[in-house]
Amino acid sequence: MSTKQNLVDWIDDRFPMTKVWNEHLAQYYAPKNFNFWYFFGSLALLVLVNQILTGVWLAMMYKPSAADAFASVEYIMRDVEWGWLIRYMHSTGASAFFIVIYLHMFRGILYGSHKNPREMVWLFGVVIYVVMMATAFMGYLLPWGQMSFWGAQVIVNLFQAIPLVGEELSVWIRGDYVISDATLNRFFALHFLLPFILAALVFLHIVALHKVGSNNPDGVDIKKNKDENGIPKDGIPFHPYYTVKDIVGVVVFLMFFAGIIFFWPEANGYFIEKPNFEPANPLKTPEHIAPVWYFTPFYAILRAVPSFAGTQVWGVIAMGVSIVAFFLLPWLDQSNARSHRYKGPLFKYALAIFVVTFAILGYLGVVSATADRTLVAQVLTLIYFGFFFLMPAYTRETSDKTTMAKIYFAAMAISTIATLYYWWFFDGGADGSLLVKLIVTAVAAGHFVIFGIKPWLKPEQSMPVPERVTE
Amino acid sequence: MKKLIIALIMMVPGMLHAAGGGNIHLESADINLENDAAKQRGAKYFVNYCLNCHSLKYERWQRMQEFGISIDDIREHLMPANAKPGDLMTIAMKTDDAKAWFGNPAPDLTLETRLRGEDWVYTYLKSFYLDDSRPFGVNNTVFDKVGMPHVLWELQGFKKPVYRYDVTSSGHVENSFDSEAGAEAWIREHGGDAEMKIQRVVDRLETAQAGKLDDTEYDKVIRDIVTFMAYMAEPVKLERQRLGIFVLLFLAVLFVSAYLLKKEYWKDVH
Repeated sequence: MSTKQNLVDWIDDRFPMTKVWNEHLAQYYAPKNFNFWYFFGSLALLVLVNQILTGVWLAMMYKPSAADAFASVEYIMRDVEWGWLIRYMHSTGASAFFIVIYLHMFRGILYGSHKNPREMVWLFGVVIYVVMMATAFMGYLLPWGQMSFWGAQVIVNLFQAIPLVGEELSVWIRGDYVISDATLNRFFALHFLLPFILAALVFLHIVALHKVGSNNPDGVDIKKNKDENGIPKDGIPFHPYYTVKDIVGVVVFLMFFAGIIFFWPEANGYFIEKPNFEPANPLKTPEHIAPVWYFTPFYAILRAVPSFAGTQVWGVIAMGVSIVAFFLLPWLDQSNARSHRYKGPLFKYALAIFVVTFAILGYLGVVSATADRTLVAQVLTLIYFGFFFLMPAYTRETSDKTTMAKIYFAAMAISTIATLYYWWFFDGGADGSLLVKLIVTAVAAGHFVIFGIKPWLKPEQSMPVPERVTE
Repeated sequence: MKKLIIALIMMVPGMLHAAGGGNIHLESADINLENDAAKQRGAKYFVNYCLNCHSLKYERWQRMQEFGISIDDIREHLMPANAKPGDLMTIAMKTDDAKAWFGNPAPDLTLETRLRGEDWVYTYLKSFYLDDSRPFGVNNTVFDKVGMPHVLWELQGFKKPVYRYDVTSSGHVENSFDSEAGAEAWIREHGGDAEMKIQRVVDRLETAQAGKLDDTEYDKVIRDIVTFMAYMAEPVKLERQRLGIFVLLFLAVLFVSAYLLKKEYWKDVH
C-alpha cells in the first residue's frame, strides 16, 4: 500500500474524511439536467466567502468610531496597499450577494424546490436571507456617510411604531436616543459576528439539501428510478461533473464582478450611493433618503400602507409580512407538480407578475413618493401579497378548501376592497390623477378575479409529470 | 422564461436614471484625467484659491508626485512651511472662525467630485453672479444662496444675471417672458381660472466686469481645477481601469479553458 493510502486510512480511522467526500461530492448524485438557474447556489457560496475574507481584511484597517470611521475608509482607499480593491470587492460583493440570492430564490420558486420534501432546505434558505439582510443593514452604517446615517435612522425608527415597547426597543437597538458612536460600535460587532452565523446556516442548508437530494427543472424525483447499483438513472456525481460546470459559472460571474469593481464600482449610485461621499452629519437631513436597492421593494411596501387609527404600525406589519410570507411558501403552494413546467398556466403568470411587481416596487422604493406613485405602490403591494396568499386558490387542484386557504382568500378579498374604498371614497386617492386611479383599480380587481376567484370556482389542473428528466 | 429575462434586463436602463435627481442644467466638465499638465495646473490653482478655506484632509501632500510634481516643488510651492509631505492636506482655519465668517465651515473637498459630480463642480465654479441681497454680493445659479464668496473673481470678473419670467401652473412651466409685465399680460389673456404664478429665474449670465481672463481661458482654468479634484477624489481610478483590462483578459482565457474542461467531462453524460 502506498504512503498516501496509509495516510488516508489513518485519517479515516479517526475522522470520516473519505466518507464525507463521497457522500457530499464524489457520490452525491445530482440530476443531470441542471440548467442556467442552478449556477446561483455555488455563486452565493463564493460571494459569502468573498464577503467574509474581504471583510476580515477591511476590519484590520477600519476604525469603528463616529470620529474616525469615515476617514478610515478613505485611508483604506488611498493609503492601504490594495485597500481600494478589497473595499470595492466588499461593497460590490454586498450587492452581488443580493442579486445572486434573488436569482437563487427565483429558481427555487420556479421549479418548486420549496415543496415536499425540501421544506427544511427552503426554510433554512429564508433564514439565511433574513440574516443576510440584517448583516447588510448593519454593514451599511459602517462607512458613516450621510446615507449610512440617515438610512439607519429611518430603519431603526421603524421599531418605534411598535405599540407599547417601540420607543424603548429603538433606544435599546441604538444604545442611544439617536444613531451615534454607540450604535456604530455595536453594529460593527454584529456585522462581524453575523457572517459566521450565516456560514453555519449555509452548512445546515446543505445538510438538509443532501438529505433529500437536489431538485431539478422538471421537478422529477430521480431517486425513484435507480439502476441495479442503486444509483439514480438520471443522476450524475456532483464531483466532477458539477464542480467543473460550476467553475465555468464562477468565471463568467467573476467577469461581471470584476467589470463592476474595476470600471463601475459606484454602479451609478446604486452600489455606493453618492451621499455616502459626505461624512454623517446628524444636523443635516438629506433631501431624499432611500435604503440601498436590495431593500427598496420592502421599503416601498412600508411606505405604501397608510397610517390608520393614529399609528403607522400597519406599514411595519405589512413589511414584516412581506418577508415572512416566504417562510409560508411550501404550504401555500398546493399544486401536485413541483416545476412550473407541469403546473397549470396560472402559476406561471402569477410568478411573472410577481417578478415584475418586485422590480417596480424596488424602483418605487428608490424614488421619492408622489400621490400617483403611492397609488401604484399600493396596488403592487396587493399583487405582491396576492402572489403568496392567493396561491392556495390558484394552485389547489381539488375542490376541498382548507381553513387556512379560506382565511388567506378572505384576507386578500378584504384588503383589495379596503384599498379600493380608500382610493375612491377616503382621502387616500385625493391627490392622485383619475387615470392612474382607474388603471390601478382595474389592475387590482382584475388580478383578484383571475388569481383568486376564477381558480376558487374551478381548480387548476397540473399536467402529468414525466418519470424521467426531459433534457 | 426568456421573455421574462429580457423584460427584466430592459427595465435596468430606466432605473439607472433614478438615482440622479436634480433639475439644474449642468455643463459637461469634459476633463481628461490622464492629463498630468492639467492636474499640475489644477493643483496650483487649488492650493492658491481653494485650500485656505477648504481642506483636502483625506489625502496627503505627497500624492501630487503621482502626476509629476517633484517632492521639492511640493515642499517649496504648495505645502505650508511647517507641514511634512506625508501630512494630510488640512487647513489652519478654525471651525468657529469659519462659522462666524461664512455661516458654515467650508466643506472638505476631497470627495466633492464623487459626491456632486465633476459637471456640477465645473458648472458651479462658473455660475457666480452679482446679487446685492447676499452677504458677499454674489449668488450662484447651481447652489442658490451659497455662503461662499466668488473667490475666482479676479480671473473671471463678475457676471450679472439676465432674468426670465416663467409662468407656472401647478408646477408646470406654461410660458416664459423677458419681462414681468409680459408675463402678467399673458396671464390676463390666457389665465382663465387656473392658478398661475410668475417665477423669476436666472436665464443666463452676462459679463458685468471683465476679469483677467476671457471666458474660454477661465473655463480652461476651472477645468484644470476639476481635473485635479477628480484625481484627488479617487487617485487609484486610472490604475484600476488599467488593471481591470488585464483581469478581464485573464478571466477570458480562464473561461475558455474552464469551458473546454467542462465539455471534456460532460462528453459521457447522455
